[in-house]
Amino acid sequence: MFHPSSNFSPWSVGTLILSLVLMVPILCVFYLALDSSGEIWRHLVSTSLPIYVTTTLALMLGVGVAVFSIGVGTAWLVTMCRFPGRKTFEWLLIFPLAFPAYVVAYAYTDLLEYAGPVQSSLRLLFGWTTPRDYWFPEIRSVTGAILMMSFVLYPYVYLMARTAFLEMSVNVIEVHRVLGGTTWQTFHRVVFPAARPAIAVGVSLALMETMNDFGTVDHFAVSTMTAGLIDVWLGMGSLAGGAQIAMLMLTFMIALLFVERISRSNQKLYQQPSSRFRELPYYDLHGVKGWAAFLGCLLPILAGFVIPLFVLARLALIYFERSWSPVFVNFVINSFSLSAFAASLVVILSLFLAYGRRIAESPILVFATKICRLGYAVPGAVLAIGIIVPMTFVDNSIDLWFRSHFGVSTGLLLSGSIFAVVFAYVVRFLVLGLGQIDSSLAKISPAMDMAARTLGNSPIRVLLRFHLPVLKGGVFVAAMLVFVDCMKELPATLLLRPFNFETLATQVYLFASDEMLGEAALGSLTIVGVGLIPVIFFSTMIRRSRMLK
Amino acid sequence: MHLHRTFAFVVLFFVSISVLGEEYVNVYSYRKPQLIQPLFEAFTDDTGIKVNSVFSRKGMLEKIISEGRNSPVDIILTVDIGRLTDLKNAGVTQSLVSSTVEQSIPHNFRDPEGHWFGLTSRARIIVSSKSRVGIGSVLRYEDLTSAKWKGKICTRSGKHPYMSALIASVVAASGETEAETWLSGVKANLARKPQGNDRAQVKAIYEGLCDLAVINHYYMAMMYADPEQKKWAEAVNVIFPNQGDRGAHMNVSGAAIAKYAPNKKNAVQLLEFLTRTEGQEIYASRNSEYPVTAGVPRSPLLISWGDFRQDNLSLTDIAGKRIQAIMIADRVGYNN
Repeated sequence: MFHPSSNFSPWSVGTLILSLVLMVPILCVFYLALDSSGEIWRHLVSTSLPIYVTTTLALMLGVGVAVFSIGVGTAWLVTMCRFPGRKTFEWLLIFPLAFPAYVVAYAYTDLLEYAGPVQSSLRLLFGWTTPRDYWFPEIRSVTGAILMMSFVLYPYVYLMARTAFLEMSVNVIEVHRVLGGTTWQTFHRVVFPAARPAIAVGVSLALMETMNDFGTVDHFAVSTMTAGLIDVWLGMGSLAGGAQIAMLMLTFMIALLFVERISRSNQKLYQQPSSRFRELPYYDLHGVKGWAAFLGCLLPILAGFVIPLFVLARLALIYFERSWSPVFVNFVINSFSLSAFAASLVVILSLFLAYGRRIAESPILVFATKICRLGYAVPGAVLAIGIIVPMTFVDNSIDLWFRSHFGVSTGLLLSGSIFAVVFAYVVRFLVLGLGQIDSSLAKISPAMDMAARTLGNSPIRVLLRFHLPVLKGGVFVAAMLVFVDCMKELPATLLLRPFNFETLATQVYLFASDEMLGEAALGSLTIVGVGLIPVIFFSTMIRRSRMLK
Repeated sequence: MHLHRTFAFVVLFFVSISVLGEEYVNVYSYRKPQLIQPLFEAFTDDTGIKVNSVFSRKGMLEKIISEGRNSPVDIILTVDIGRLTDLKNAGVTQSLVSSTVEQSIPHNFRDPEGHWFGLTSRARIIVSSKSRVGIGSVLRYEDLTSAKWKGKICTRSGKHPYMSALIASVVAASGETEAETWLSGVKANLARKPQGNDRAQVKAIYEGLCDLAVINHYYMAMMYADPEQKKWAEAVNVIFPNQGDRGAHMNVSGAAIAKYAPNKKNAVQLLEFLTRTEGQEIYASRNSEYPVTAGVPRSPLLISWGDFRQDNLSLTDIAGKRIQAIMIADRVGYNN
């Protein structure tokens, strides 16, 4: 963008190599899908596939609408309005993020099923005796799954929207208000268009998680494409068939992202970062409006955090003797250090990739970084195969070379160590960092770069000195999201971890997979507890990032 | 300071397995550690050989295949005959000739070529509500299609390995068409969409949601052992199906020695330990599975149920019909 030779700069070469490495797992899944799956598709199309597809679409539509409404609504309230409890809600609203969706699903099933406290009390109250005496909504249904996932996934949208609102230029909003714009008009015409790329990222993250979720849909017996994929892969023994379904899912996701991108293709919004250091103009909500806002923020927190927390806490107490052991501390250490390391790595790589792409502006790079983001849309177990196949290939090649040249075996250098798990986290969660940092970076006018570069600053200096301070909010959000998601990640951790290595998530899985919620409760609570540490830490930092120093 | 800490983390990560100068055996397990850990501990006590294990299900086979010659795994523990034969067919196991093992395990519970060995067996039984189903009114899997059970049956997903093995056994007994008619008959009688594991079906009977369920027998023992779930188990009668004809459908949990096992000697020792009385007793008493080795006492619960006729259909046959079984489940829309 600045001069033609920048296409060959170390930045662009580095970015290209890095994105190539990170896209290998996706390409591997694609490669696996090329293999023949025999008669499976003809069978699937005439039997279960229509159900898989319609269920997945219904689930995504439901979750999409719900996370958008809750996420954008609450972000707008806590950022642009003043009402009782706002400051507390600001960070409490992120809390549900720490819950794995399937754990919330288990907790709600425990609460709402026939034997659970809700129905038992109703029976006692009305004198019903059998399930045939009354109707009660079935929690194990598509609607149930939509609710569970929305409860824990809306924070993605909330966080992205809030960061975007905070990065909003005060001038634009003020001008619009001075010109007589109403609240709704300000939101609709000024704030929303500017925040839209970020909100789109948030919603697409939630949708990708919805699409590749297995735990919740399996527990609720909801036949999504991921559930079908697992049946084809493990039941029918066709990895190729499974990979083909994964590719179909990716196509869905790409189509969705493409439509979103097209619909805002002629927008480009740059803002002057200097004005950000002034406090945003806000709306004072009094009386009924204030309480409505209060309730609007309280409900998602109750549903996604407080209620499941109580259910689990009760079970954890009952089953404490059976679930506690001193090795638990090791699981906490493993989970925490692994997640912290992966989160730092994702943030660094995202900064590198996002900025590298910005200064090189080569179509190849743009394409490559796009492919890299797709790791999030592939079910974890399939992505793990996409990692293990190429990684063991590299390991075995190195081993072969050393054997033939030095007569020493190096064994499985990469795939036999924790490196495999870290790599899986990076591939899987890169989009969380890249999406966030990209959208923050996009708001900075290229004029900034030009000016800084003209004054003789190197690209790295421009990034660190000029952009990073502005990007801070985005970087914190990225780090927090990746950390929390690593804490919860299961399928790849299970398959790729070395011998005798347990994390909190693998520990919870041991019991939860057998529907032993009581024994799994303590571990689940610990995941949430540890996951909240960075949430609290970073949400303070995100707020501070707006303040003038 | 920060740099130091980061560095320490990195080092910690990469030195994940410390190679000590001691004897060990590496296990990839599809079985949960809580079930097999006691066996490993007893084995280490007995032999001094340390057991390294990792538990996973999805993708384990692909992992072993891609690791190839450098795979650290010595022995693979799993449940379900389908998985055992998958391992053999994928070429990741090796044949083992061990007179100890062969003497302990009856021939129908092991691969004729010695690539896998059954360690315990489990019966797929029918349970019925004590209060709502008369004794003797259900005797065979085939009785589940009777119109009088409309809206009264609960099972887990029709594509779960335990269900597909049962469906495969019906295919073997009566042919594919007959099996499809049977499964759609069961489907027509379901009280709810298949969901939950076997334990959840017994709970549903206890709650009155359904009257009959098909489960693996050891879930009964697990529920009896849990203070909260004991009442579920107490609400049902156990029925060993098809006692007048082919017998109850049986499946196995088993083990296979990995093709490139680096510690093969220790792996064989572990396998032999698991088939010896000592190992079999732990399986029997802890997990209430049926020991495969003759003369090993069953758990008190299993003794109280008495002897029963087992379907002697070859396990390899069942495994060979698994895909057919899943396709049947798809065709009758069992899970919908």
